[in-house]
Amino acid sequence: MIKNYALRHIQVMLFSLGQLWRQPISSLMTMVVIGIAISLPSGLYVLLHNVENVTEQWDDASQISLFLQQDISPEQAESLNETLKKWPNISETHYQSSAQSLDEFRQLSGLGDLLDSLPSNPIPAVIIIKPNEENLNENAITRLVTQLNELAEVELAQLDMEWLQRLRSLNRTAQRGISILAILLSLSVLLIIGNTIRLAILSRQSEIRVIKLVGGTNRFIRRPFLYTGFWYGLLGGLVAWIIVLISLTLLNGPVNELSQLYGSQFTLHWLAGTLFLALPFTGLILGVFGAWLAVGRHLSAIEPE
Amino acid sequence: MIQFTDVYKRYTNNYEALSGLSFHLDDGEMAFLTGHSGAGKSTLLKLIALIERSSHGQVLVNNQNLTRLPKHKIPYYRRQIGIVFQDHNLLHDRTVFDNIALPLIIAGENHREIGRRVRASLDKVGLLGKERSLPIALSGGEQQRVGIARAVVNRPPILLADEPTGNLDPDLSRDIMQLFEQFNQVGTTVFIATHDLGLIQTLPYRQIILDSGRLAQGGLL
Repeated sequence: MIKNYALRHIQVMLFSLGQLWRQPISSLMTMVVIGIAISLPSGLYVLLHNVENVTEQWDDASQISLFLQQDISPEQAESLNETLKKWPNISETHYQSSAQSLDEFRQLSGLGDLLDSLPSNPIPAVIIIKPNEENLNENAITRLVTQLNELAEVELAQLDMEWLQRLRSLNRTAQRGISILAILLSLSVLLIIGNTIRLAILSRQSEIRVIKLVGGTNRFIRRPFLYTGFWYGLLGGLVAWIIVLISLTLLNGPVNELSQLYGSQFTLHWLAGTLFLALPFTGLILGVFGAWLAVGRHLSAIEPE
Repeated sequence: MIQFTDVYKRYTNNYEALSGLSFHLDDGEMAFLTGHSGAGKSTLLKLIALIERSSHGQVLVNNQNLTRLPKHKIPYYRRQIGIVFQDHNLLHDRTVFDNIALPLIIAGENHREIGRRVRASLDKVGLLGKERSLPIALSGGEQQRVGIARAVVNRPPILLADEPTGNLDPDLSRDIMQLFEQFNQVGTTVFIATHDLGLIQTLPYRQIILDSGRLAQGGLL
């Protein structure tokens, strides 16, 4: 009995697929529409994921510059440096005296003569701090900067990566936008499939009446339509996957050029494997659900006369 | 097998299709339902097939009270009744085999049993060898035979027919009636609505005659 049941399901599944095959143009158009609707948010998601990857790499570079008060002696500075090294949320420190800083600036700027004419060294001593890797989230870093600013020896503690925070916040905004887009487009996939199934039901009204007359249950009548939705969703998801891959192929060249210009090793993450599973799965869930909504609404209205 | 007790059927526009109808059909009986058009023949068959429900009174079919049968049990109830229609009601995008197999597929029969029973059914109606044809390629009489084969394929205890010879010439009509007689001889209760009075006068079966929704003759109650 169970074997019969499974066999029947497979038959209905293939029967529904065959029906799509018999109307290739209209089936394909529906699938492409579904594919575009699914590919748009997922393509944007892939791009955003790449941007996040880049900014995560930059996390390593985040450091805090601690400019010391002018009247701090080199000995005091050294001892502060040693103390800071022991802080749990600091992984590395590097002390640079005001003289060293002056030398560095002289070399980099080429303003040596001008600097010599100054009565005293205007450049403060500096301790460069690398926060502990485990504490790399932004809140922890901001707290660390505040702590450092409160030290008596410190004139100014400055996080060098404020723009990174802005980028991240921009990223989050984009993510929210993509989520909204994904919800709206999922809704449109539901409507597309619902409408397609509605038309399929209407075109097979007489068949449904006959099946009801010879004792077909609602479940039996519903099944082929649910499988139609299943196929539309699954194949639409595959179309979406292809669209995303083609778009990324087109983007890949310019992106590589751009990253070379910046001397970066950056390459696009395609997420091809993840999407190959995720998109058809998303599609078939939406497909079956959309079909289920349509069938529930229209089937009970068709009764034998 | 089929028992109507004081059955009324009123439609929403106050038209009374059946008024106080009582009759019964024995198990294994064959009977005709006649009357002028609009007398209530179709309504009566619809009540038996549970396409509609009575407004008042009791309908008992195969020991089930149709007035109380819940909606979700209707499909299972209909599997006990084979129905033959005047316009065949075949599915034109499926082969003769698939059309006849439909009630068995619905009932969840296994593949081998379906093949066996469909062929047995085709054999009975004399269409063995046409199983791969599409209904459109068959004559009117042959299509009606396919309709009959579908109605009897799951061996229902009751066979209903609504003007089964309506579109056929007298020779074909006689053949179709003989088919119904054959099913009746193996124990099926057969109830045929028809206005082909010339044909049924020659046959020895009871006639239940309706007139404006009332029983005019043949109720045996």
